[in-house]
Amino acid sequence: MTGAIFDIVLCLLILAVALAAILGRDLFGSVVFFIVYGLLVALAWTRLGAVDVALAEAAIGAGLTGVLLVGAVARLRRGGVVEPTPPRPLARGAQMGICVLAAGLVGAAIAGLDPDAAGLTATVAQNLEASGVGNPVTAVLLNFRGYDTLLETVVLLVVLIGVWSLAEDRYWGGRPGLRQHAKPGGVLATYGRFLPPLGLLAGVYVVWAGTDQPGGAFQGGTILAAVWLLVAMAGLVDAPPVTARRLRLTIVAGPALFLAVAVAGIFMGGFLHLPPEHAKQLIQTIEAGLALSIAATLALLVAGPPQRGAR
Amino acid sequence: MTGLDTATLFAWCGAGLIGIGLYGFLANRHMLRRLVAFNVVGSGIFLVFGASGARRADLGPDPVPQALIITGIVVALATTALLVALVIRYADLAGRATLPEDEPGDDGKE
Repeated sequence: MTGAIFDIVLCLLILAVALAAILGRDLFGSVVFFIVYGLLVALAWTRLGAVDVALAEAAIGAGLTGVLLVGAVARLRRGGVVEPTPPRPLARGAQMGICVLAAGLVGAAIAGLDPDAAGLTATVAQNLEASGVGNPVTAVLLNFRGYDTLLETVVLLVVLIGVWSLAEDRYWGGRPGLRQHAKPGGVLATYGRFLPPLGLLAGVYVVWAGTDQPGGAFQGGTILAAVWLLVAMAGLVDAPPVTARRLRLTIVAGPALFLAVAVAGIFMGGFLHLPPEHAKQLIQTIEAGLALSIAATLALLVAGPPQRGAR
Repeated sequence: MTGLDTATLFAWCGAGLIGIGLYGFLANRHMLRRLVAFNVVGSGIFLVFGASGARRADLGPDPVPQALIITGIVVALATTALLVALVIRYADLAGRATLPEDEPGDDGKE
């Protein structure tokens, strides 16, 4: 009973915070509400028992997306961009009607779902042993539906190329983002030195644990990216130039390793086929490489296009 | 409230989020606000999808939707990053963060 009340309150809170993020008068306030929203949705995922998704939502959906949006708001303010007049909720009856209708249709579709549909849970459980890992979500991500994940890492690469290609010509080959300066002894500078060891430990642990428990390359890689972003914001390290060879190798290493394993599979049964007796080692190798590349790529996506000279 | 299980409750919450996000997308003209709305619609869809796969309490949440949602969350971040970079570049060049066709009277400038 307590659980049911908690769930209902959580749902109402999620809807209220989403409304605040959409309708807030101040753009910065909206972004802060969006971050809170992401954390509440992560809580909802734990209530559903989907801990892997909760980790991804908290780290990526709330964390990195939040940093990205806060940075964008600050950047637009610095550029003197004025906000347009805020929306007038009451004068928008027709739009509201459409949205209520859309939500109602989705709700009706949910009500019409077969209550006994078993989905693929049992099929995954039956084949879990052959996948080489104990966490069914990791088994789906890196073995049963490995092509999704392989293509996803390529999407990240393509998006990074897209972000970099928005650089002004004079900054090409330069460093992403602006040079950060933090007050020595201030909160940011102190945390920039204090948190990285813990963050690195947590990130590597989440990647390592992902084979048998909730976690994996994406969640762990995001924590590692956040560690680097924190140190960069504290002004302790500077972003490397986008043309640096080591940086590019780091970005490509994970997807290249994954692709190499996938192609090697052709000789053992098919593209992306992982032989069950070596599946665990192969998945751990791919995850380690992916975590490194994902960390670098996500951090660079948040840092943005090159904005200053290489020097 | 008979028969309302946790999963169905969160799936309906997801349906509500799709509606709220869609409204934000239609009503807001500032492109960063639209980006926030885009992310609310996205997580609403994920919640509908994931909660639908978690309705059988005896089986636990279905790992296949979970894996697809994790992929979706990463792709949503990548999309957001590219769009943020586009909005900032556009604002640098145009001096505003709204599209011209969205401007009935004022154009967002002072």
